[in-house]
Amino acid sequence: MKIGTPKETFAGERRVAMTPDSATALQKLGHDCVIETGAGTEAGFADADYAAAGVEVVKTAAALWKAADVVAKVRVPDDAEMKRLRDGQTLISFFSPVADEAKMEAAAKKGATVIAMEMIPRISRAQKMDALSSMANIAGYRAVIEAGNNFGRFFTGQITAAGKVPPAKVLVVGAGVAGLAAIGTSTSLGAITYAFDVRPEVAEQVESMGAEFVYLDFEEEQTDGAATGGYASVSSPEFREAQLAKFRELAPEVDIVITTALIPNREAPELWTEDMVAAMKPGSVVVDLAAEKGGNCKLTVMDEKIVTENGVTIIGYTDFPSRMATQASSLYATNIRHLMTDLTPEKDGAINHDMEDDVIRGATITHEKAVTFPPPPPKVAAIAAAPKKEAPKELTPEEKRAKETAEFKAQTRNQVTLLGIGGALVLGIGLIPGMPASFMQHFIVFVLSVFIGFQVIWNVAHSLHTPLMAVTNAISSIIILGALIQVGSSSLLITLLGALGIFMASVNIFGGFLVTRRMLAMFQKS
Amino acid sequence: MENAFTIAAYVVAGILFILSLGGLSGQESAKRAVWYGIVGMGIAVLATLVGPGSGLWFASLVLIAGGAAVGYQLATKVEMTQMPELVAIMHSLVGLAAVFVGFNADLMINYIGDIYAAEGLVMGAVGDDGVKAIGLPKEIYDGLSAFGQLIAKKSSVEIGILRVELVLGIWIGAVTFTGSVIAYAKLAGGSSKLPFEIDTGAKKLPGGHFLNAGAAALSVILLIMYLGGSGSWALVLLTLAGLFIGYHLIMGIGGADMPVVVSMLNSYSGWAAAAIGFSLGNDLLIVVGALVGSSGAILSYIMCKAMNRSFVSVILGGFGGPAGEQMAVEGEQVAIEADGVAQALNEADSVIIIPGYGMAVAQAQQGVAELTRKLRAAGKEVRFAIHPVAGRLPGHMNVLLAEAKVPYDIVMEMDEINDDFPDTDVAIVIGSNDIVNPAAQDDPNSPIAGMPVLECWKAKQVFVSKRGQGTGYSGIENPLFFKDNTRMFYGDAKASIDKLLPMID
Repeated sequence: MKIGTPKETFAGERRVAMTPDSATALQKLGHDCVIETGAGTEAGFADADYAAAGVEVVKTAAALWKAADVVAKVRVPDDAEMKRLRDGQTLISFFSPVADEAKMEAAAKKGATVIAMEMIPRISRAQKMDALSSMANIAGYRAVIEAGNNFGRFFTGQITAAGKVPPAKVLVVGAGVAGLAAIGTSTSLGAITYAFDVRPEVAEQVESMGAEFVYLDFEEEQTDGAATGGYASVSSPEFREAQLAKFRELAPEVDIVITTALIPNREAPELWTEDMVAAMKPGSVVVDLAAEKGGNCKLTVMDEKIVTENGVTIIGYTDFPSRMATQASSLYATNIRHLMTDLTPEKDGAINHDMEDDVIRGATITHEKAVTFPPPPPKVAAIAAAPKKEAPKELTPEEKRAKETAEFKAQTRNQVTLLGIGGALVLGIGLIPGMPASFMQHFIVFVLSVFIGFQVIWNVAHSLHTPLMAVTNAISSIIILGALIQVGSSSLLITLLGALGIFMASVNIFGGFLVTRRMLAMFQKS
Repeated sequence: MENAFTIAAYVVAGILFILSLGGLSGQESAKRAVWYGIVGMGIAVLATLVGPGSGLWFASLVLIAGGAAVGYQLATKVEMTQMPELVAIMHSLVGLAAVFVGFNADLMINYIGDIYAAEGLVMGAVGDDGVKAIGLPKEIYDGLSAFGQLIAKKSSVEIGILRVELVLGIWIGAVTFTGSVIAYAKLAGGSSKLPFEIDTGAKKLPGGHFLNAGAAALSVILLIMYLGGSGSWALVLLTLAGLFIGYHLIMGIGGADMPVVVSMLNSYSGWAAAAIGFSLGNDLLIVVGALVGSSGAILSYIMCKAMNRSFVSVILGGFGGPAGEQMAVEGEQVAIEADGVAQALNEADSVIIIPGYGMAVAQAQQGVAELTRKLRAAGKEVRFAIHPVAGRLPGHMNVLLAEAKVPYDIVMEMDEINDDFPDTDVAIVIGSNDIVNPAAQDDPNSPIAGMPVLECWKAKQVFVSKRGQGTGYSGIENPLFFKDNTRMFYGDAKASIDKLLPMID
């Protein structure tokens, strides 16, 4: 198959979906690669680099769309590109099936197969192709860098000969991939970093990155993020209030706020209100990574940087990955390359579009002239949802007492029954006519010993059951006494059997005790 | 038994034995307790040697020394993984000794009977009061051995009871003997030192339990015949019946039920000793026999409870059939390599290890202990969860871990640790299967439904070290292996752990 990448037509887009490195890897899968001239220039990859990697460079976009069986690009195709899309062609790009529904239907009508990068399911196996994550990672990093660029102070605190510099305080709202990347960057630059997320289970991840998780004093059962595929969901108004109150408290303190809160298929929630911006110190910076979806701060202007009256800079750029085009392109191209690896299982250059495969099925939105969105739920849940455990019901004191009384009664009943049966048995044996007293004397000893045995053995620790068996083994060889008494008999056969008995029993006595001692010596306290 | 000193010594020995069993309630007191047992045994043997057993005391000492040498060899050479086999084979010795001593009692009765006959008297004839035996003339009586004297002064009723007792001793001893030999062969498997091979699975002769029942019925008939005075041949046949039952009963029980079997045989060896004690009129034998018998019975009960099965169903062999359609298991088993496990362990704060028989088979306990040391050195909380029936002997896993120098205070019982799994990062299952099967709780139709299990699937991540796919000995599918948070770490347990060790930092 021939895989082609055109130059991105979207204004300001500098990324490219194929790099010389990824092209080399694609060729190893048996594919041919073709690229439009100048496609990689803005990302720092010259035509010559591509040619050196064995990629065919074509002059125009039209020629490229014509030549390629698979077109891999970054942005959703524009109208001109949609016209070039043809029957049997596969298109791999960001393609929102909701926002670009018309284009999706047009593609289906044409018979083209479209694989939308944002639809790659979030399962472990698909992480290597998850372009949303790789781009979010860049966005999070770049957000901190942009903030630093517009912030007049150091991130890290210093004490210099020229005076003391306090460390910057950074608040990251939303600890998804972008949030975590921002936290990592911010802490490694030396800032005091706070982070917040509506999913309390990410607190651990936040703390592992060196930031402090902002806990709310709020008692409500949180939806486990795992149930929604690892994404945040809408929270209750009360929860939102508690959250905003906490932010208001933090606003005068923090120097930099980076908001990354997004809920899938919804407008971004407003988390950083105007009064919070007003409460911030002059020179502070807000970076709103949710600008594309309306912003977490209502003052945000998409794709622009504004400065408020009180001197707070609000950055609403939406093209953070594109601003780091080289890095972004190489990560994106690698995502595409992994996807192609899954599509070419035999590594023979033939694409096997396996609609049974969870990942490929999930990402494919049009196939064989039909719209295949939305996909059926994947067979494997994204993250194992921890089953909610019902807390054991607290018993009232009366119930507790009633239960205890009932248990005690049952216990008493059991014990009395057992005692009754046992006593009747013993008495019954004593009542047998002609039962000699000499037997009954031994019988008493026997019954009492069984009784002592039961009392004593219940207390033996479970971990010592093997030594217990070895010890009982050794002492059950007390039968040696019988053999010792008999061996002095005048009958030869008795003496012989007795001697054998003595020998075997003493094997057991010594073996049993020695092995017990050996075992017990091994039990050590830490 | 006339000797007052001997009886006094037996009292001391009896108390020491009780203390020695009672001391096993804790690891530290156990070290002291075993000495009580040794001293008690020493006192008992010495008192018997100077008292009623003085007949051939020098020969007896030589025999004891010989037995001691063999016992020493056994006890010092045995691998801790082979403890179940050792315990089983030692039970067989007790059983066989009981058979011999019982036969001796019968021979002695016949011998005394002959003396009576030679004197023109009837053994067991009672005097005017109708209770006390007339006995032999004094000069003959004094010429008898201590045991002979004991029998010679018995009345006919007492001799009848004596016969019942010795039959019980012989019969239980015979069952214990063959049963233990078979249990040994099954536990030892390929490394058995027996001249014949035994299938470790559950095998029954055609006829199944009817053969056992038949043999038991035959035993009762032979007992009645023997009491009726038919002579020693009935006793020999009865012994053979006992030997057959021991053989056939244990043959029908699978390898994994061995904890119950071994504790049951432990119990039997005690009852055999007690029965012999009755026939010899020796109270110390009765006391110790009763102690051992009840100890084994309790162990069997604990084991059965841990498997949620009745004692009878274990002894009758095999699992009961499923009560209905078992739940189908969904999902797939996902394999993982050593580096994945190592990474998870390096990131974890708390780890629980669940060892099973597979760890013992693979001799992986040293590696597991080393892994524990490394993880603990890295400041992680590592604990062991032991199911009561893990392994092939009650407490087997504890002994193996202790041998590998795992401190006993991080080795927990099921009840102590089961609630901690939800707060645990990683649970590692090494060579166990049914004791971690969630079907016991979830699937009322599972053959092991209701059996208490270790709830390791509640941990954040579970790794299962297992030789390969497929069900365990019981043939029950384990849904744990298909859970989303479970990863299968295939391979021999020892090799797997050794591969893992260098990757832990």
